Amino acid sequence: MADKIIYAMYDDDDVLKDGAKKLVAKGIKVAEVFSPFPIHGIDPIIGVKNTRLGIMAFIYGLTGLMLATLGMRFFMITDWPMNIGGKPNESYLDNMLAFVPVTFEFTVLCAAHGMALTYFLRNKTLPGLPASNPDPRTTDDKFVMELRLSQNSQFTETELHDLLKSTGIVELDQRDVK
Amino acid sequence: MHKEAAIREPLILGHKTYHDITQDVCKPIEDKAPRMWYILFAIALIIGLYGVGSIMYLLGTGIGTWGLNKTIGWAWDITNFVWWVGIGHAGTLISAVLLLFRQKWRMAINRSAEAMTIFAVFMAGLFPLIHMGRLWLAYWVLPLPNQFGSLWVNFNSPLLWDVFAISTYLSVSVVFWYIGLIPDFATLRDRVKRPIPKRMYSILSFGWSGRAKQWNRFELVSLVLAGVATPLVFSVHSIVSFDFATSVIPGWHTTIFPPYFVAGAVFSGFAMVQTLMLVMRKAMRLEAYIHTRHVEYMNIVIMVTGSIVGTAYITELFISWYSGVEYEAYAFINRATGPYWWAYWAMMTCNVISPQLMWIRPLRRSMIFTFIISIVVNIGMWFERYVIIVTSIHRDYLPSSWSMHYPSHIDLGVYVGTIGLFFVFFLLFARFFPVLPIAELKTILKSSGESYKNAPDTHHGHDDHSETENNNNH
Repeated sequence: MADKIIYAMYDDDDVLKDGAKKLVAKGIKVAEVFSPFPIHGIDPIIGVKNTRLGIMAFIYGLTGLMLATLGMRFFMITDWPMNIGGKPNESYLDNMLAFVPVTFEFTVLCAAHGMALTYFLRNKTLPGLPASNPDPRTTDDKFVMELRLSQNSQFTETELHDLLKSTGIVELDQRDVK
Repeated sequence: MHKEAAIREPLILGHKTYHDITQDVCKPIEDKAPRMWYILFAIALIIGLYGVGSIMYLLGTGIGTWGLNKTIGWAWDITNFVWWVGIGHAGTLISAVLLLFRQKWRMAINRSAEAMTIFAVFMAGLFPLIHMGRLWLAYWVLPLPNQFGSLWVNFNSPLLWDVFAISTYLSVSVVFWYIGLIPDFATLRDRVKRPIPKRMYSILSFGWSGRAKQWNRFELVSLVLAGVATPLVFSVHSIVSFDFATSVIPGWHTTIFPPYFVAGAVFSGFAMVQTLMLVMRKAMRLEAYIHTRHVEYMNIVIMVTGSIVGTAYITELFISWYSGVEYEAYAFINRATGPYWWAYWAMMTCNVISPQLMWIRPLRRSMIFTFIISIVVNIGMWFERYVIIVTSIHRDYLPSSWSMHYPSHIDLGVYVGTIGLFFVFFLLFARFFPVLPIAELKTILKSSGESYKNAPDTHHGHDDHSETENNNNH
């Protein structure tokens, strides 16, 4: 499907944010914002939902906790109970205190790495993947707002351009995509 | 946007723009390295290679080449291990704990402090590995099914807890550090012109594009990683201290070890950060980002943790007498007045007295003074570990086993070598990686940059708006 993408460039994060607010109030759908650093408060304006990675981290952490508990129960209680000065070793609970440090470390290990991996995959950031920012300056000091014509069919191209120009942009670029 | 009190010094000096920040951080990477870098790198590399040679000799011959004996079975290896792990505590503390407390001054130093942490933990990890003597059997510390019947590693042992703690700490620190680096690598990727660096930074930046959703995830991941890294930092050195505290050696068998070791670790780590940062800010012209305010804050942390360490020393001393255990009491009398009195008093002077000087404001704001104290503190912290380890075991229960520890040249070679390797890694980092977090610094430019900080806010009607404007009209 042929579509047109309009890239509006700003040189200040606050100007972009105010601009986005104005455009969204008029019913324009902002497809994406590219910025060199996180613009606080832009997500609710352009309709980016909060990430659920935190929940994933919790689940990964629970997995780690469970694996560590099951593992140590098997190694130290079921398979080869160690007799250390005759201390009780019949059940996991008898020895539980000695297992706290490793349980904690393994929980953190799984939570952190599980979340990091999910983060890379969801972001589509992996070694060797191509970058998709429209302009190299968006990682320096420029902020780009992306509008798609197909998502704003109630406006014509020139209307969109005019509206964008009224929000204090510094550059306007339009590309055709297939 | 959060506003800082007008009377606070700005965190970013000078009238910087977003582009200036990129420029200031990327310039030293893109330019040719100064001659001084090559000189330092060559020195560090020679020392590091000497260390590698010593390690090779050690592995080929056996740990009998260390100055250990029947009584003193642990000396420089574990001293150096604990010293390096301690130093490796500052980075994650700065980036994780200070992130949770929303301390913005962390942003100028967190990147290089984390790098420092990772390299220090590398060096620390070397010692338990090489002290096994047979490095190629290092995988025996992992709970792997094996050919010895169902014999597993001992999960009751603090030494095994250490394996888990150090490896978790190292790998989580690397991930935390790298996730922060990705957007800055993207900045470099989009700036550099030469094809090979462009390709390298392109791979390193993982295709980062700076989309709103990516930043949304980035912020949450940083926060959650900080949340899990914070207890991790405290757990690691607590577990290191368990290596000693759970044993029954007088002088080691001490319940205050975990908090005492953690405070000591932060103390020495911040000192190392100061040492590196003070040189780096000059060499890479980053004085606008790392300046008196940062140095002062770090010195306050050094002062507080130094005071905790001092309190711990005195508590130990008091309890050794108050406990009524003569072996415990003797261990401490022997430390202070025995053949290792010089090590004990070196530790006391460096770690108890020197941080107290930081109460004096002009001193803690002086770069030269800070630099000297930061080195003194790390010397003191090395002696602390040496005192704890060697003096506690050198006079065994049987006087016939009493002994002294004399390091061999291999002991020395390995230790000095790790310092060399550490600087090799750090210099490479400073040469090719963005040493300040570019993206994060830009987020504080408007709230704490000199040119924005107390300027009237043109975008939003804040309460302080009219007041600031009135001030300007006077």
